[in-house]
Amino acid sequence: MREAIHVEHLTKRYRLGALRHETMLREALLNAFRRGRRKEDEQAILALNDVSFKVDEGEVVGIIGRNGAGKSTLLKLLSKITYPTSGRIHVRGRVASLIEVGTGFHDELTGRENIYLNGSILGMRKKEIDQRLEQIIDFAGVAKFVDTPIKRYSSGMRLRLGFAVAAHMDPDVLFVDEVLAVGDADFQKKCLSAMDDLRSGGRTVLFVSHNMAAIENLCPRTIWIDAGKLRADAASDKVIASYLSTFSDAQRSGYDLTKVENRGGNGMIRFTRVEFLDENGDPASVFRCGEPMRVRFHYQVNERVKNPDIAMAIHSDLGTRITTVSTWQAGYYIPSVEPGAGSIDLVIDSLVLQPNRYYLSMWISTVEEWYDVLDHCIAIDVEASDAHDNQGRGLHPKWGLVFTPSRWSLGPPVAAR
Amino acid sequence: MSVTARPVAVEWLYEFVRYRELFFFLVWRDVKIRYKQTLLGAAWAIIQPFTLMLVASFAFGRVAEIDTGGAPYPIFAYATLVPWSYFQYSVPLAGNSLISNANLISKVYFPRAIIPASSTLGGIVDFAVASTMLVAIAIYYRIPLSLEMLMWPVLLLPLILFATAIGMLFAALNVKFRDIKYTIPFFMQSMLFLSPVFYSPSLVPEKWAFLLHLNPMVGILDSFRASILPAQTIDWGALGIATAVAGAMFALAAVYFYRTERTFADLI
Repeated sequence: MREAIHVEHLTKRYRLGALRHETMLREALLNAFRRGRRKEDEQAILALNDVSFKVDEGEVVGIIGRNGAGKSTLLKLLSKITYPTSGRIHVRGRVASLIEVGTGFHDELTGRENIYLNGSILGMRKKEIDQRLEQIIDFAGVAKFVDTPIKRYSSGMRLRLGFAVAAHMDPDVLFVDEVLAVGDADFQKKCLSAMDDLRSGGRTVLFVSHNMAAIENLCPRTIWIDAGKLRADAASDKVIASYLSTFSDAQRSGYDLTKVENRGGNGMIRFTRVEFLDENGDPASVFRCGEPMRVRFHYQVNERVKNPDIAMAIHSDLGTRITTVSTWQAGYYIPSVEPGAGSIDLVIDSLVLQPNRYYLSMWISTVEEWYDVLDHCIAIDVEASDAHDNQGRGLHPKWGLVFTPSRWSLGPPVAAR
Repeated sequence: MSVTARPVAVEWLYEFVRYRELFFFLVWRDVKIRYKQTLLGAAWAIIQPFTLMLVASFAFGRVAEIDTGGAPYPIFAYATLVPWSYFQYSVPLAGNSLISNANLISKVYFPRAIIPASSTLGGIVDFAVASTMLVAIAIYYRIPLSLEMLMWPVLLLPLILFATAIGMLFAALNVKFRDIKYTIPFFMQSMLFLSPVFYSPSLVPEKWAFLLHLNPMVGILDSFRASILPAQTIDWGALGIATAVAGAMFALAAVYFYRTERTFADLI
């Protein structure tokens, strides 16, 4: 196999001073007159720090990582939109990069004109666009409106048109960033199958996404970027599993949440601990499908807050949110919380999850503010049970994420004519 | 293709050629949108210099009675107003082009110089449209045909060169220093008075002549006018100097642009 992409010791440093608002000529002139450099302007952040990897021709590689980890910077460097501070990038073949759908679309131009404009922005030749014009229009499903200015298009039509152009590029190497995060389910499906076509077409694809299911589906190999560094580069299922497990470090400290660093909100309230209890109020460590679940959230209030909403979400092991429960949803009104420690209990009547590993997120907020946000902070394993008197039949990850308690009844016999 | 921390000058030219189709598509887009959005469309390209000609004929032809060397003031002024209108339209458009295409810069790779260059090239359409009116005015004043008239379109080359140089320089500075955009109208206004749009450079005292010719618009505009007016011939020396200065400005602008373009996506 020949190498398609070779990245060596790639580093990108952003100077904070340069990115701040002081880029005004008058200030630059003033600074020139002042003696000595101002030290605080020299602060820098390393968006990427000594990243190296190789990708063979025809490989499809996923790139994952938290927000701000450097995934997009990596893609922008590979696509030559921005340039490395040090290190080398070697890409063999014709490159196309899809960081946004419909880049350069202009409202006043017609659908057809925008296909040409967008296509050439994406690096297609006019000849290629001529050849694929019918296919593109067909794929987008805008045949009737192709000579209408796109300012009359719905947002869905624009999106389809943009993706249709992108899907008809014919590059050797393709970089894709999170474009699948937009659009309705139908459209996402179409995009995923287009991605699948690209893969089977023998192209080299680098695919950045937060959608772990899509990554696992499309990419045999995944690279995990963490705080600007390459943290893992291996088979997708392994990398995704260890990536998701970092969100649940709190589990090892006995659901102590005070040490979780990766959290949002302004800190006026903080979750301190989470306990799981059984029906009798005793600590529980096993969660079983169909059984009730009691969760006790301990929190520390640092400033008085009126009408807080406390919520918890359950995610699958691939990151898909399954459900959310909150005090607001339940109509449970909390007038205010006062500075000091407190706790609140959540009772789920029946845990309808199939046996598998799940992740919990929790947050406290009001309409205006976020006080504490913990994403994927706890991992729980749900076990099979006999709660529905069926000896565990139908309880297996292969049957889906949710177990739906149900009853069946056969109708009266219909006489044959 | 490879990207390293060190830029390669040759690749710059090569990339520009490779992306020529995008360049023409951007020119086409600018022209198309300009003519689609305005009610009067192509007529606008004539109305602007024509109205200015009427106003100038009153202010400078009748009131100030500027010496035109015997030529009727309206054609004397219109012959320079057409190239000047091109300059006045193209330079601010190119100067703000990177900022107004920030979306493209931060999302897609292509040689960045395509953006300001496509702005200055798109202005030629207006120039061509406005030139048709020049023919009408020349017929009206019974200006005889001459060989020098063939120079009219050729003179576009140094004009485009200079407009692109200034446009690129403003565009690159505009990304780094956001208050540069306030200086563009001021610059254009100063250029209007420092360039022989409404007067002849022969009226300028001899001792200022050298300084005057540092502005390439002097040699360029005067040549445009001379190519039409029968009483005047093109001053090839002045045109040569103007082209050389415009070329030097272009080289300077290109070097500055080339040195800064890699930071555009980070700053914009």
